[in-house]
Amino acid sequence: MHLAYPAVLSALLFCTGLYGVLARRNAILVLMSVELMLNAVNLNLVAFDVWLSRAAQETLHSGQALTLFTIAIAAAEIGIGLAIVLAVHRNRGTADIDRLRDTAEGHESDPADGSDSDAPTTGTAGEKAEATA
Amino acid sequence: MSPAFTPLTSAAAETHGFLSPTGVEIAFLLVGLVTFGAALVTVTTKQLVHAALWLVVALGGLAVEYLLLTAEFIAWVQVLIYVGSVVVLLLFGLMLTRAPIGRSPDADSGNRWAALTVAVAAAAALVWVVVDAFRATWIDLDGAAAGSTEATGASLFQNWVLPFEALSVLLLAALVGAIVLSRKAKAESSSPPVNSRATTQSSPPVTESSLSVLGARENPADQEGAR
Amino acid sequence: MTTTTLAVLVPLLPFLGAAAGLLLGRTAPGFVRPLAVLPVLGSLGLAATVAVRQGGDHAIDAATELTPTGSVPIELALHIDGFAALVAVLVAFVATCVQIYSTGYLHDDPRYPSYAALVSLFTSAMLLVVYSGDLMLLLVGWEIMGICSYFLVGHYWETPEARAASLKAFLVTKLGDVPFLIGLFALATDAGSFQITKVLGTVAHGGLDHPTLIALLLLAGVAGKSAQFPLHTWLPDAMAGPTPVSALIHAATMVAAGVYFIARLLPVFEASRAAMVVLAVMAAVTMAGSALAALAQDDIKRVLAYSTIGQLGYMTGALAVGDRGAAVFHLLSHGAFKALLFLAAGVIIHAAGTNSLAAMSRMSNLRHRVPDAFWTMTVALLALAAIPPFSGFFSKESVLGAAEHVATGHTQHAPGAAGWTVLVAGLITALLTAAYATRLWLLAFRGRGTEAPDHGRQPLTMTVVLWVLAVPSLAVGALAYRTLPDWFDGRDLTPTLTTSVLGTGVALVGGLVTYAAWRHTATLAARVPLGAVAAHPEGDAGQVEAEAIASHQPAYGDVARAPDPSDPARLLLGPLHRHAAVGFHLDAVYSALFVRPVQAGATLVRFLDREVVETYVRGAGALPRLLGAAVRRAQTGNLQTYVSALLAGTVVLVVAAVLVATGA
Repeated sequence: MHLAYPAVLSALLFCTGLYGVLARRNAILVLMSVELMLNAVNLNLVAFDVWLSRAAQETLHSGQALTLFTIAIAAAEIGIGLAIVLAVHRNRGTADIDRLRDTAEGHESDPADGSDSDAPTTGTAGEKAEATA
Repeated sequence: MSPAFTPLTSAAAETHGFLSPTGVEIAFLLVGLVTFGAALVTVTTKQLVHAALWLVVALGGLAVEYLLLTAEFIAWVQVLIYVGSVVVLLLFGLMLTRAPIGRSPDADSGNRWAALTVAVAAAAALVWVVVDAFRATWIDLDGAAAGSTEATGASLFQNWVLPFEALSVLLLAALVGAIVLSRKAKAESSSPPVNSRATTQSSPPVTESSLSVLGARENPADQEGAR
Repeated sequence: MTTTTLAVLVPLLPFLGAAAGLLLGRTAPGFVRPLAVLPVLGSLGLAATVAVRQGGDHAIDAATELTPTGSVPIELALHIDGFAALVAVLVAFVATCVQIYSTGYLHDDPRYPSYAALVSLFTSAMLLVVYSGDLMLLLVGWEIMGICSYFLVGHYWETPEARAASLKAFLVTKLGDVPFLIGLFALATDAGSFQITKVLGTVAHGGLDHPTLIALLLLAGVAGKSAQFPLHTWLPDAMAGPTPVSALIHAATMVAAGVYFIARLLPVFEASRAAMVVLAVMAAVTMAGSALAALAQDDIKRVLAYSTIGQLGYMTGALAVGDRGAAVFHLLSHGAFKALLFLAAGVIIHAAGTNSLAAMSRMSNLRHRVPDAFWTMTVALLALAAIPPFSGFFSKESVLGAAEHVATGHTQHAPGAAGWTVLVAGLITALLTAAYATRLWLLAFRGRGTEAPDHGRQPLTMTVVLWVLAVPSLAVGALAYRTLPDWFDGRDLTPTLTTSVLGTGVALVGGLVTYAAWRHTATLAARVPLGAVAAHPEGDAGQVEAEAIASHQPAYGDVARAPDPSDPARLLLGPLHRHAAVGFHLDAVYSALFVRPVQAGATLVRFLDREVVETYVRGAGALPRLLGAAVRRAQTGNLQTYVSALLAGTVVLVVAAVLVATGA
């Protein structure tokens, strides 16, 4: 099989995931897009491993081993990521990335927010400090 | 949403068509289309739960690709872990953050045009570079499966033992971390105001101390100087 | 020890005392009072020794070159003739009295150490001026006196009067000092040396090319320092300083420095007839004007200040008619009785709790509270009014005699017109002097009304000094006029019959007319209550005085006068009273001529700086600020924006790298 097929598919999937990371508002959708990117990488790894194990007599199977590791790490990462998203949701009442603007210049709490995320700045800052301790 | 990228991919396939595509390639191509389409839908749909489900399709498609590439073990691990647990976690996450059922109008942020530009540019660059680099490279799929369980297991437990064990430690850490994160948040949410105020009490406003205008030097004559 | 060594020690001792006082004032407060009194006491002894040794013979000269300047060298030089010897004794004597008096007057003042050190420094500078044989050295002493005057007048710097007065004194005297400096340089250029003996030698040979210009320039400095018209406005306001400072600086020594300077360099002035006429006119205007103003003042110290200006006018008048012996004679006796007047006034202010004559005239039995001040002030006022046999009579008569001598054409030193001017003005002033002296005495000691409060006996240091100073005011004149000519130029200082009769006569007339006016108006006092009294039974005199000064304006509406219908001066001066009280509006003239244009200029400069220069500066800052604002807008806090930008940059770099690698 021509190597271009998996490579191109991998590239396209990666860029799709990239678009999703940059464009989606909900944090969980972002996590999904991150998964897409990781999978694209996995596909690349597998394809090259299969190619090299014949072409270069590579017996280490590093590609597939790394693929397995990537899968495991992705699973761990999504576990932690979701825990964080849930904690944020608990504190701010929202999972929108757009709302998480604490590093903005001249950050003030969003007055248009009708939900209970309007804790005073010091309060949320304090809770955030506690949450990450 | 039908992928509008079929001409592109078929054009890509066409340029390398001086060798007739084998059956594997055709299958790979078709499944790849499905996968890619599902991925596109995942990142563009306005219905959040549908996005998760289309992700399942994409991941499943990738599992089939792995099979086509004779990496069986990885294919089944993909199904088990990704489709099995990761997507379930995502669905749980959606449920616990009360994602709206049905269309949510603000699923895409205002950043999407910049994101589209960046993604398309990146895609173009990557595809072009990759195609140009591997114009004349073929994978040899004949013979024993490169990713059979036996081969993978032997390699894993002979050459990759240390990273494997480290990985298990990492998984343990992730497990503990997730528990700590969710626990701390729960304990704090039971008494938010007192805690937060106490920890973030700002320093008391500086009271204006009354200064004598004449400063440290006291002079008996300053009694009349207070005019 | 040689006389020269002793003479060098005379200014050196107080200087060392001042330095030690400034250094040790905080760390060893127990030493401050001895350090204040003992050096100047030692200086007095040494000055007396020098005077005895010099004895009116040849002048003692000593010089060593300090620095070659390329054209005219500056030397450390001493030139001690009879004038210098006696004036130094006076300065040291008055300074000792003032230092002893100050220990009681400023007993509780926390700034006493620096005050005493500054008084010592001032004394040292004055002695330097007196003994100096080099004009530059004299200038150094002159300027140090100016700055010490600034600090000492501003002693009560918590009061705005003191702050304003010290600045005014400094600026007005500096206004005179700039032409003075130019004059000194011109003189030295013409004479080829700064040394006084060489300068006088050059003048004797007729070697001065521009005598009038030099003399007028020097006169400007003298007018500033000795408070002659038109640079006299600082002296009445300088009464906002402590009374001992007024006694030392503004009665006996600093203001006498100008007179002394002219006396030293009289040949330089005599070389220009025009300058002598100017001097005579200046003296006449000063004498008469200041006496009128003194009559209208309410503050007891301001009366004495204007009196000082007038008596200095006598001295400059004597110099204008070419008789420096008379001038210095009057300087010596005036130094003693004016210092006594000021110090006694300090005691009175302390006892009465006010410096206002209007308030004192509504107090009875004040004289029984301060008997020492009463008797010594009476003596001093009689000396001031030139009643025989007090010392003031002899010294003033020597001045009037000299004027008459010149007026009747008996000398070629000065023009006859100068003599007439001085004589007539001197007689008018004698009348007015007796008038305001009588007024002061009557209002202070013959008041009727509530009992003066009894704050107990005045400190001994203050009262003993009064009696010590009363001796020369009483007796010196009769002894001096016989022996002083030996010390001076040899001209006879005996009072002549004509002027004595005239002078004493007008003085008696002035006194009697004032008494009559007082009798007439005193009954009004009971009907119009007036006055505010500061009551600090535990406070030292300095504190009482500071409060009295600060409260005069709020109590009476003006620093200088009071709306007192029982004041005999209102009757005597009539419509002139209002103008006399404000010094004939000279301050207002200065304000319009100099102060307002300068302030307008300052406002203009501030406007230009703020609107023009600052605008450029702000404009220069506007661009970076805009750029900063633009850059800040990138900090949206939105993670996706940041990552998009990052990845976009990465893609661009990748494409560029690939293109470069493939050789495009």
